[in-house]
Amino acid sequence: MDIHEYQAKELLSRYQIHIPRGGLAYSPEQAAYRAREIGGDRWVVKAQIHSGARGKAGGIKLCSTDHEIVDAADSMLGRTIVTHQTGPQGKLVSRLYVEEAMDIAREIYIGFVLDRKSERIMIVASSSGGMEIEEIAEAEPDSIIRATVDPGVGMQDFQAREIAFGLGIDNALIGRATQTLIGCYRAFVDYDASMLEINPLVVTRRGDLVALDAKMSFDENALFRRPHIAEMRDKSQEDSRETYASDRGLSYVGLDGNIGCIINGAGLAMATMDMIKIAGGEPANFLDIGGGASPDRVAKSFRVVLRDRQVETILVNIFAGINRCDWVAEGVIKALREVGVPVPLVVRLSGTNMEEGRRILAESGENIIIAETLAEAADKAVGAWRSYTANKAA
Amino acid sequence: MSILLDRNTRVIVQGFTGKIGSFHAEDMKRYGTNVVGGVTPGKGGQAHLGMPVFNTVKGAVQETGADASIIFVPPPFAADSIMEAADAGIRLCVCITDGIPSQDMIRVKRYMRRYRFEDRMTLIGPNCAGMITPGEAMMGIMPGSIYLPGRIGIVGRSGTLGYEAASQMKALGIGVSTSIGIGGDPVNGSSFKDMLELFEKDPGTDAVLMIGEIGGPQEAEAALWARDNMKKPLIAYIAGLSAPKGRRMGHAGAIISAFGESAQEKVEILKSAGVTIVPTPSSFGETVADVLSAMSKAA
Repeated sequence: MDIHEYQAKELLSRYQIHIPRGGLAYSPEQAAYRAREIGGDRWVVKAQIHSGARGKAGGIKLCSTDHEIVDAADSMLGRTIVTHQTGPQGKLVSRLYVEEAMDIAREIYIGFVLDRKSERIMIVASSSGGMEIEEIAEAEPDSIIRATVDPGVGMQDFQAREIAFGLGIDNALIGRATQTLIGCYRAFVDYDASMLEINPLVVTRRGDLVALDAKMSFDENALFRRPHIAEMRDKSQEDSRETYASDRGLSYVGLDGNIGCIINGAGLAMATMDMIKIAGGEPANFLDIGGGASPDRVAKSFRVVLRDRQVETILVNIFAGINRCDWVAEGVIKALREVGVPVPLVVRLSGTNMEEGRRILAESGENIIIAETLAEAADKAVGAWRSYTANKAA
Repeated sequence: MSILLDRNTRVIVQGFTGKIGSFHAEDMKRYGTNVVGGVTPGKGGQAHLGMPVFNTVKGAVQETGADASIIFVPPPFAADSIMEAADAGIRLCVCITDGIPSQDMIRVKRYMRRYRFEDRMTLIGPNCAGMITPGEAMMGIMPGSIYLPGRIGIVGRSGTLGYEAASQMKALGIGVSTSIGIGGDPVNGSSFKDMLELFEKDPGTDAVLMIGEIGGPQEAEAALWARDNMKKPLIAYIAGLSAPKGRRMGHAGAIISAFGESAQEKVEILKSAGVTIVPTPSSFGETVADVLSAMSKAA
């Protein structure tokens, strides 16, 4: 789960990380008012969306008068900003963050991630801040410093000092840098983060170390014990199809194709999507209905998949383990009658009682294309989709 | 022959008296698994499904001589249960639970290092379907009937995709020595490489099928290990050809976040390490059959 920049900064400031003075605004007038509250003579107006690279997309503007602030806010609020991280549909701006502008002497990158190889929290730092880490890795790979933390004892001061000296930070600021790094580590652990990035962390001309931007993501499996974090969720920043599905306990990822998928198990779901692609089609979504595949879950899944208007065929692929295919078949038919499926439907059932399941589907009188193998299911789905779109065009 | 699990393995169930634990305890017993009891703190001394319930894993080990444990404990408490099993001298632990926080798993892995390597528990999972040695014993939630006893080792992340592979093999008369689901979490107990090492040493296994997916470094690590150390053929499939970068595909660990983690990139790494690639998820059976016939011709 992602949070906004202002939320991440608020969390980090509790861990002795310095942040610019700033305030949240929901209207151009409020943005101007915030600037006056903050004081000074230069401010930055920042669109709060769950994405980096906002600057190039017009989501960050430097202002030096009330008038400029109102204009900047006006140009952002209610607009959809598209960056390479948001996908083509972009993200809606409904809040702004107004900050005092900093006099920047240099920019540093620091990030904390879960490193799957060492199975530890890893710190990644670079003296070439301001660029994205992928760009740094490409352009300045030698500037990257990495360290992992022993989870038994946590991050030690010497590790933070080594990184700070490695970044070429002035002696006078080493203490501050150490506090900043240790603070980030503690925040990461205390809130079950999965990613924390300060880019850039800036050395100001006045000799301070300030987080100019901040990004945090959290482990969804740990939200049960982090209610304060769970409250920061902003559903307006998520794909509405995915929010609808996750609110109903289904694991769904919306994609750009036309063949809707309803499958049990994440691995089989990915493999079925691969098979659709190999057969010449494009999957519209990933959807894992989980182990149970009860009639109720099947019905919910049809509703979720059909919310995507691009879906022109549905493929159901269930490998019944604990449950039985005859039961799944009854669920599919019940769902069909309840939900109404206006597009071709291909069903492949496998595992326990599959003959019985196929018989129930075949004798239901419903318009269901039955497939026996995974390859046949994908071929039939792509075939049905082709004739459906050909008919629609004609 | 098999790895880790056979009909003599003495199994306890942690989270024994819950609905899911009870269901699968009976199912495993029906398959032939030597289930000897279970643990539910606070219910020690009772009998459940005709077996004794214990308050602690240590108590269960003392009384029953159990050497393996399967965990059906809910995610907030599952990491604690794994560490309890490790501390009680359990040799093999399968954790089915899906949804354990990553930092809990980091702590579990760190905790297990307090034991010498030769005393250290083997952890399978979490977020997995478990493991089965067909015809002997099952510690998991899979349908036992789709596995034919035989000489191919299977190790995969996913449950149902593993079923798909096993049933395609069964349709061609190809059996399985042991099938293991290592789970879909980013931090897990045993890696692909850990399992390949065991299969390589097992006289009952002739070749290994590895079913990987997008995300993480484990498939590449296993392939490089196999290139340098494995004499038995390794066959592999990587799921997620159509998965976009940066999106989590169901499994907590199925996310492309770095170079080398997409399906295409992993397939390239595996190919260059000499691994036979299963070209589509509908050709698990044929690919394994082809490798087997090439082996018998060579022999």
